[in-house]
Amino acid sequence: MKVITFSEALGETILEEMERDHTIFTYGEDIGKQGGIFGAYKSLLGKFPDRIFDTPISEEVIYGSALGAALVGMRPIVEFHFADFLFTGIQSITLQIEKIRYMTGGQGKLHLILRGPDGVSNSAAAQHSESIETIFMHVPGIKIIIPSTPYDIKGLLKTALRSNDPVICFEHKSLYAQKGEVPEEEYLIPFGKADIKRPGQDITVVTMSRMVHESLKAAQELEKEGINLEVIDLRTLVPWDKETVIKSVQKTNRLIIAHETWRRAGWGAEIASTIQEEAFDFLDAPIIRIGARNVPMPFSPVLQNYVTPDKHNVVTAAKQLMEGI
Amino acid sequence: MNYSKQFLISLYEMMQKIRKFEQAAEQLFLDGKIPGFIHLYIGEEAIAVGVMAALNDDDYITSTHRGHGHMIAKGGNINLMMAELYGKVTGYCRGKGGSMHIADFSIGVLGANGVVGGGLPIAVGAGLGIKMKGTKQVAVAFFGDGASNTGAFHESLNFASVFHLPVIFINENNQYASTAKTKETTSVENISDRAVSYNIPGVTINGNNILSVFETTKEAVKRARDQGGPTLIEAKTYRIKGHFVGDPSKYRNNSEVNKFWEKEPIKIFEKQLLDWKVLNQKEINIISLKFDQQIKEAIKFAEDSPEPYPKDALTDLFIDDSGYDY
Ligand SMILES: Cc1ncc(C[n+]2csc(CCOP(=O)(O)OP(=O)(O)O)c2C)c(N)n1
Ligand SMILES: [Mg+2]
Repeated sequence: MKVITFSEALGETILEEMERDHTIFTYGEDIGKQGGIFGAYKSLLGKFPDRIFDTPISEEVIYGSALGAALVGMRPIVEFHFADFLFTGIQSITLQIEKIRYMTGGQGKLHLILRGPDGVSNSAAAQHSESIETIFMHVPGIKIIIPSTPYDIKGLLKTALRSNDPVICFEHKSLYAQKGEVPEEEYLIPFGKADIKRPGQDITVVTMSRMVHESLKAAQELEKEGINLEVIDLRTLVPWDKETVIKSVQKTNRLIIAHETWRRAGWGAEIASTIQEEAFDFLDAPIIRIGARNVPMPFSPVLQNYVTPDKHNVVTAAKQLMEGI
Repeated sequence: MNYSKQFLISLYEMMQKIRKFEQAAEQLFLDGKIPGFIHLYIGEEAIAVGVMAALNDDDYITSTHRGHGHMIAKGGNINLMMAELYGKVTGYCRGKGGSMHIADFSIGVLGANGVVGGGLPIAVGAGLGIKMKGTKQVAVAFFGDGASNTGAFHESLNFASVFHLPVIFINENNQYASTAKTKETTSVENISDRAVSYNIPGVTINGNNILSVFETTKEAVKRARDQGGPTLIEAKTYRIKGHFVGDPSKYRNNSEVNKFWEKEPIKIFEKQLLDWKVLNQKEINIISLKFDQQIKEAIKFAEDSPEPYPKDALTDLFIDDSGYDY
């Protein structure tokens, strides 16, 4: 095992796969010369200049061209500059990429990846802080991976680069510099397999991305008070690993769902609803959903902190669930 | 005239095939046999046929909501097309797409498109993929005058220009975008003028003159294959029929439309071929009967085909789905 950062893991995955598969190439804004706005491609600087390049600021054609390139046999990896800007080219994704295979009765292989940073960081304010994965879970037709560790980004991206369906990958800005263990030998992580980041028996916390780490911090604090969280990192949202969540709830009988995206109609609502449909009898308390307050992200650090969920929300929710027991 | 007789006849035949298909589709729609809605290519046939005559089989196109003509001219099978219009399981898209989403990736048709301007970025991507692969193919984007006012058009031309992609942009200026007159919604007299902004060649031609479409496209295709980058071709034509079948067409009067029945491309080309003695009236009648027969068979194929099973609605979203309920 070696210890590397999230962006190093991302970079070495792309490098290894580009060496293996000559149809892979990657483009977007500010990646070729600068290695990505948050350094995601820093370790790729100077490598494969013909296959890693910068584009004009033209989101609709950046995303839409990935579809065309895939249909002629290539495997494009397109970086979206900030998840927020997905909205400026959204038709290429929701109306074209997500539908063309279905509309054409199953023709073609759409091996393409859209990936890039999302999430709150550093007073980036309302147009540079969004997490919008729920939208892509809602519109059928794209698989969603949201890795929280160097190990997970590598294994999930490898799987994505060998699959034949479109994949969108959200990488929280706060994760790029985080370090973690990555094996020397090759490994793949299948889609739809959650990872229990911390076993526990009192409360199940279903989470992803930055909130995995917040939930782990909360778990540490709560341990001192005798409350044991089981932290489940879904890792992929489409498909999501219902079996692992249900099994955990059968054990803990309590469920918290924690995400950074807005609480209202966030993906936590989908999970909560599924669990009450399929594991109602195992629940000893109402499910608690944690998410951002339902406003655009404000600029002031004071306001940003108020709106954004963190470990404190998990601690509070856990105590509430354990009250009177 | 330095075309072979056989070539000229093949162009004429292909235009007739499209016309007959469209006339049949119109009638079937009016008879209530085809669900949804359809947009006819009648009067614009010279563009699809002229362009496709300049392409190889392994070149790519993206089409539009008015896409039957592109599909037929690229070698589409009219039985499978008709079955798709009927929503039958034997159709090109197994009944999941209908008129506006007909595609056959195996012959390079990367889809009609229900989104105005939606095909342009896809064609640019095909061009980018071709460049990365290093083959000599080209990609053609068909799009309307209305589509030339979308952001997708402007992004696509700039993108294709800066990367010198082998893409040919074929603007079918039929003078209307739905109920809107193009003149009243478009900043330029000639859409090809917009090529200047993107530093690529732009040319306006008579889209009802098939040989002019063919020659202009041939030149653009040659440039694209020789790594000379994209071209914008504006083919001026006229949408003789309503925007869709059943369009009450309150936005224009009949005298305007009737003028264009005189200038429609098949009539013009037919006269030329008669003058040149490439065809005589008897041969023209035989061609006409041949396609009447083919269309009849396509309708029979569609009508005899089974409906999809309701639960077929749940297939074809992903390739690797291993039974997961997405
Ligand atoms: C993005 C988008 N906006 C509006 C429509 C509705 N619509 C369908 S066809 C059409 C007119 C398109 O005009 P043009 O591009 O000139 O093509 P034409 O129909 O004349 O062939 C409109 C407005 C649509 N399908 N997509
Ligand atoms: Mg038009």
